[in-house]
Amino acid sequence: MGAREVVLRLEGITKRFGKLTANDDVGFALHRGEVLALLGENGAGKTTLMNILFGHYTADAGTVEVFGQALPPGAPGAALAAGVGMVHQHFTLAGNMTVLENILLGTRPLLAPGLGRAAARARVEQLSRDFGLAVHPDAKVKTLSVGERQRVEILKALYRDARILILDEPTAVLTPQESDALFETLKKAVAQGLSIIFISHKLHEVTAVSDRVIVLRHGRVVGEVATDQTDRHRIAEMMVGAEVALPHPALGTPGAALMELRDVSTPPEGNRTGLRRVTLSLKAGQITGLAGVSGNGQGALADLVSGLIAPDSGELRVAGQTVAGWSPRAALAAGVGRIPEDRHATGSIADFTLTENAVLEGYARPPFSRAGWMDWTRARAHAEGIIEKYDVRCPGPEARIRLLSGGNMQKLILGRALEAGPKIILANQPVRGLDIGALTYVQECLIAARDAGAAVLLISEDLDEIRALSDVIHVMSEGRLSPEFPRGSKTPAELGQWMAGQGFSDAA
Amino acid sequence: MEIFDILVSASFWAAVLRIASPLIFATMGELICERAGVLNLGIEGIMVFGAFAGWMAVYAGLGLWPGVLVAFASGALFGLAHATLTVPFGLSQHVVGLGVTLLATSSAYYAYRLALPEVTSPPRIEPFQPLDIPVLSDIPFLGEAIFSQTALTYLAFATVLIVALVLYRTPLGLALRAAGENPSAVEAQGLSVTAIRMGAVMVGSGLMAVGGAFLTMSAFSSFFFEMVNGRGWICIALVVFGAWMPGKALLGALLFAAFDALQIRMQQTPLGAEIPYQVFLMVPYVLSILALVLMSRRAEVPAALMVPYNRGER
Repeated sequence: MGAREVVLRLEGITKRFGKLTANDDVGFALHRGEVLALLGENGAGKTTLMNILFGHYTADAGTVEVFGQALPPGAPGAALAAGVGMVHQHFTLAGNMTVLENILLGTRPLLAPGLGRAAARARVEQLSRDFGLAVHPDAKVKTLSVGERQRVEILKALYRDARILILDEPTAVLTPQESDALFETLKKAVAQGLSIIFISHKLHEVTAVSDRVIVLRHGRVVGEVATDQTDRHRIAEMMVGAEVALPHPALGTPGAALMELRDVSTPPEGNRTGLRRVTLSLKAGQITGLAGVSGNGQGALADLVSGLIAPDSGELRVAGQTVAGWSPRAALAAGVGRIPEDRHATGSIADFTLTENAVLEGYARPPFSRAGWMDWTRARAHAEGIIEKYDVRCPGPEARIRLLSGGNMQKLILGRALEAGPKIILANQPVRGLDIGALTYVQECLIAARDAGAAVLLISEDLDEIRALSDVIHVMSEGRLSPEFPRGSKTPAELGQWMAGQGFSDAA
Repeated sequence: MEIFDILVSASFWAAVLRIASPLIFATMGELICERAGVLNLGIEGIMVFGAFAGWMAVYAGLGLWPGVLVAFASGALFGLAHATLTVPFGLSQHVVGLGVTLLATSSAYYAYRLALPEVTSPPRIEPFQPLDIPVLSDIPFLGEAIFSQTALTYLAFATVLIVALVLYRTPLGLALRAAGENPSAVEAQGLSVTAIRMGAVMVGSGLMAVGGAFLTMSAFSSFFFEMVNGRGWICIALVVFGAWMPGKALLGALLFAAFDALQIRMQQTPLGAEIPYQVFLMVPYVLSILALVLMSRRAEVPAALMVPYNRGER
């Protein structure tokens, strides 16, 4: 491998945000026709590093060389012109414009007389075929699935003759089938002499697609190995600095039912499934796992538990009392701690500080406010407590939460929910998109909360997670809820049949 | 029935086009700004200043077309002020826009007083004259209604076509729309969001000023205080009505102008003697609000409208 051409070289990259050092003297080389995996936990500095390489951020120190030429810092145009294409974790697409328009953006001089749509469409269709990236050029981007949007991003890079492709956590948002299609595309790209940097924290993917692995931790390069010289176990150790153990919690001891649903139905909203005569009992000291294919009523159940919607028919009992006038505030008052599915849209306010986000649910009560006045000193102390206890990596409590990586944002939301001493915890996809360290931590926190007597409702599409953590399991299908299955009483295949709608008494 | 008689008269439709012209210029100007992601509330004041600057230039001895250019340039200058504050500095577009309106309006009145300290009634200029298009203007009805307008009215309609072509058929238009939808997408392609947005605001403001100049150089022949009279605000509504699309916005401008022309004529009917004239004045605004509500429900707002863009922020 030593004789292969180096297409990209980073040396001594250092970048600080306030007190946080995101990258500390990072350097490595990428060879022609190679897939280099860049691994690291959330907040290890992967995304920052790529943003520097691509000119979105200016490094405090260090150099970037592409094909032997130094790139001027802070100039995205230069990296593009040098043949580097980046597929960001958050896509840079305009939703109200078509696929073709998004691809064409910036490819012609601004004052050129026309767009040359016909020729461009032909070229896009050719690239789609060559790399296996099926997407309709005239579709509006907002109508596309996440997987299709990613293909548009890759097509954008290929259309610009990129020789180096950087993919930032490309599979975090994809279904397994879409991920497989992506890996096929990457193989085709490498076969055509492209080089790829693949940023991820999913070990099985990294070992499947990469030739070489570089591990970042706390902004530094802590390891570099050829993929075929190592195994997942050793890579995981390098990432977190210690061996990872998946949780095998003992069964909890169930107590009183803290929240009960009896024959509860809710109407469908738009294309979202409603609940159909759901009967469910959330007991103290028990994790109730909810399995099912996404979109089968989990959203409605989560909204019901968190108070966003009320039952249309049926009975909702909290702590043994029938509830009337169910609302988010009533849910909070009843001790429901909420870890929402979408931490960006409903879990946090991006432009608020960590302090403000930390008291979003408790701001109206002492100690955070008295007689209608906020006590910011206590709020800040509360935020600092969460940051400390839940290991939220951030520049400080006054930083806006949008600056945090997904895992750190999730830890703050987790801390906010748990520190309020909830009796009932709604954990909706709590570990989606998290790295191993954060994932294990969140799961351990849920188990600890259960052991302290909380009733936990765990909603997840990951059957392994459900089967490992839950004391009892329900399956949802088309708004209906299966009977309660004790942990270990059903095989994954049997649960899968319930997920597909078999076994329910009222056949649809 | 009077309404029917009004609607079938060619002079009514000629009036519609005339009333619509300033709205069309200014609406296209606002549309360009908003498509690039900048709400320009300076529109009302910029129209006032454009009305003054174009008229003053002609009064001072320039020709009519150079006068239009002067108006455009004055608008672009206020646009530059607006864009400097809202784009690179990222200040509130509402506050800056209202500030520009106040500044431009009072600058126009102040300059007027400085230039003509002694006059009680403003002097007149020789405005644009109706230009009969050969052959077409001889067509019965249509000729009088459409093809006997002043050059500026023809230019207003041409502007819609040009704006639509640039927006949808050129790389520049693509970049401009993308700057209003997702500026990071523009930046990721190595283009400058700042340059695109500032350029759009300057050109857009220039068009607003030409819209104002239409009032003093084509519709009337002199400059009065209060002559713009809220047309700028109507244009902001028209952009929404048109769902940020030039063709639909043109339709909106024509619709508003038709209501306006209709109410003027209704005031002179027997009905007008019974109902206070203020009710008629109100009609176009009420109907516009209704049409706005009905039309804009499914509109696609530029996603990054009013969102300042700062590089290096997530």
